[in-house]
Amino acid sequence: MNIHRHSYDAVIVGAGGAGLRAAIEVAGKCRTAVLTKLYPTRSHTGAAQGGMCAALANVEEDSWEWHTFDTVKGGDYLVDQAAAEIMCREAIDAVIELEHFGLPFNRTPEGKIDQRRFGGHTRNHGEAPVRRACYSADRTGHMILQTLYQQCVARGVNFFNEFQVLDVAFEGEGADRRVAAAVAYEVATGDIHVFQTKAVLFASGGFGKIFKISSNAHSLTGDGPGLLYRRGIPLEDMEMFQFHPTGIYKLGILLSEAARGEGGILRNSSGERFMERYAPTVKDLAPRDMVSRAELLEIREGRGCGPEADHVYLDLTHLPPEQIDAKLPDITDFVRTYLGIEPKTSPIPIQPTAHYAMGGIPTNVDGEVISGPDGTVVPGLYAAGECACVSVHGANRLGTNSLLDIVVFGRRGGRAMAEFVRTASMPELPADAADDTIGRIERLRASTGTESVAEIRTTLQDEMMDKASVFRTEDSLSAVLDVISDLKDRYQRVSIQDKGNIFNYDLTEGLELGYLLDLAECLVVSGRARTESRGAHWREDHPLRDDANWMKHTFAYREDDGRIRLEYRPVEGGKYIPMERKY
Amino acid sequence: MAVVEERPQTAAVAKVTVHLKVKRYDPERDTKPRWQEYEVQLDPKDRVLDALHEAKWKQDGTLTFRRSCAHGVCGSDAMVINGINGLACGKLIENVGTEITLEPIRGLPVIKDLVVDMEPFFAQYRAVLPYLINNDDPGYTERYQSAEDRERFDDTTKCILCACCTTSCPVYWGNSSYVGPAAIVNAHRFIFDSRDQAADQRLEILNEKSGVFRCRTAFNCTDACPRDIKVTQAIEEVKRAILYDRV
Repeated sequence: MNIHRHSYDAVIVGAGGAGLRAAIEVAGKCRTAVLTKLYPTRSHTGAAQGGMCAALANVEEDSWEWHTFDTVKGGDYLVDQAAAEIMCREAIDAVIELEHFGLPFNRTPEGKIDQRRFGGHTRNHGEAPVRRACYSADRTGHMILQTLYQQCVARGVNFFNEFQVLDVAFEGEGADRRVAAAVAYEVATGDIHVFQTKAVLFASGGFGKIFKISSNAHSLTGDGPGLLYRRGIPLEDMEMFQFHPTGIYKLGILLSEAARGEGGILRNSSGERFMERYAPTVKDLAPRDMVSRAELLEIREGRGCGPEADHVYLDLTHLPPEQIDAKLPDITDFVRTYLGIEPKTSPIPIQPTAHYAMGGIPTNVDGEVISGPDGTVVPGLYAAGECACVSVHGANRLGTNSLLDIVVFGRRGGRAMAEFVRTASMPELPADAADDTIGRIERLRASTGTESVAEIRTTLQDEMMDKASVFRTEDSLSAVLDVISDLKDRYQRVSIQDKGNIFNYDLTEGLELGYLLDLAECLVVSGRARTESRGAHWREDHPLRDDANWMKHTFAYREDDGRIRLEYRPVEGGKYIPMERKY
Repeated sequence: MAVVEERPQTAAVAKVTVHLKVKRYDPERDTKPRWQEYEVQLDPKDRVLDALHEAKWKQDGTLTFRRSCAHGVCGSDAMVINGINGLACGKLIENVGTEITLEPIRGLPVIKDLVVDMEPFFAQYRAVLPYLINNDDPGYTERYQSAEDRERFDDTTKCILCACCTTSCPVYWGNSSYVGPAAIVNAHRFIFDSRDQAADQRLEILNEKSGVFRCRTAFNCTDACPRDIKVTQAIEEVKRAILYDRV
């Protein structure tokens, strides 16, 4: 195996919205390499549809303070309020900056950036839905990804495309350690590249492929959180995983909340607008956790649609056809392509789909990774975007706040990293930096075991969907934990058929499965310990929120023997006192 | 209230037998491309990408192709499907039939099986200055743009850089120095954006020998685009902008 060495001031891992925004921020300030296992424009930011909220007040009265309140309440009070305030305040500047970068937002008749309604976003602390989401038809994520990539091209950002990062190396031990290198596998050659560096920013995205029905891309396997977890970095609030209420039936492909923002309605088998019973004020625009639960309760109580009564309908048939064409062209095309249904005349079968990890690599508001509940920073290590947990999303992210998160915290993380490398010395490159990576690859390639990567992954996805998704109990989580333990054992005996060096996706899928198993286990162990229901974490055996005991973030550590140790950090409160979450 | 009726298409559907014939090449084993066939069982509503996964995950782990989002927005899995360029995740079995021939997209060097070297394609994209150029200070608010001005370039903002158009172009097959439809589409996106000030520079680049006048209006690009961009029309608009010196 060929090993190459590089030396850069900074390395960014991932080239979706957060990685690209960070790259723009450090461009010209320090020598930076951006490593991505895809091409930048293939990143899953491009699949985001509905919009990006900012209190521009372009179409009606709004304020970033209302946005902050909605974010805190939407997150069921597990949000760190100071961080949410920063995000919502900087949102306005972030949207303006994207416009200056060239992003083609939809416009109002006066030529300003247009705004529309979105779930959980309200005027004056919950009075009524507010028009806050800035958008570009229903491909806002695509336009953000393209625009940020264009700006990177303009700045000559140094990309290493199809370089999959598999490890980081540190200089020093324990509390004194600092980042020294990122280790990458070059997909085109099978070579190993060791990037000696002062700082690494992870912007590697989510891990929604632990679930069967998922809006996530095949590549979203949690490599960043997974590899850091093995290096002793804790993972925060992993039990908080969002299910989006409108995934295409069986496929899980996302149909934006913008469909309901534009007036779409959810209906059960008798045609009833059932959200009126669950959220009388905002109805279909309640936050995602509430709508996903409502859908499954309708199905459970026999009001599901279809021959198997196992889904509900998203109804757009009452919307003017020209509004659908202008505002929702892509998602209605998905419906035509994948279901063969015309959404202008027929309701769309939908079900909750695994969508977004609120939890991840713990960071402060400057993207600096922290090593534990005391907030100690790991020098040189940064994270931003879905792989990170600031925490601005708490127990349930509001729609559009992910696109906001990536630009705001991609920029803050990039800025902090550039500042750090300006004065930091180049660390010593550990001699064994690539050893673990090489060992994993060689073991997998040499294995003669009889277990299959695809079979283990499918079982994991089925079981997680069944036992650890929207509804959970002690029993269901314990049962899936046993399954994961068995799958981890079987994973030791997987083998692959492709023994080659060039574009060996058989091998990389095998490596990725290791992360999926670890992260699923982390989610389940964190969720079993949290004996309350909050946001996306709904425990049927503990159906109430328990503020006396659980206003705290979970930190899950991997012990040397592979077991998981949990610690906790109090939520950073503020002026919003937790109250019952009604909409 | 809308009529909510039970729809038969959500019922369980009988699987069909799909024959996949894939043009393969492994540089570590083969001296020239070879054909390999797979038989897989699928739902007619499954995607061509599902057929590839079924073959890779259950029969032959060496079968190699790029993919990511699996619903037509990331642009990873462009390939020649029964002779026509498309995304494997954007075509259903019921649309392409149960006899499916897959080949790598043409005009770019094949690396392995259905994976081609995308670097020449992205180099041509970068050559047209694919970013907003405006040297005026916009201040602290957004620049205004009328809905009509915004609409002017809406179609070409949809491009996902999958290369379906460029690698369907007979001119590109014969002359890989031709900048190709995708790069022109991305130039168009800025040339006709009222906020941009560098249309002249881009038109100059596209007026060169490798530029827009290589186009012979074959319309393959428009047919191939999985995003339904009117590629040929965009190319024609760029040609006219050069000929008549106005955008």
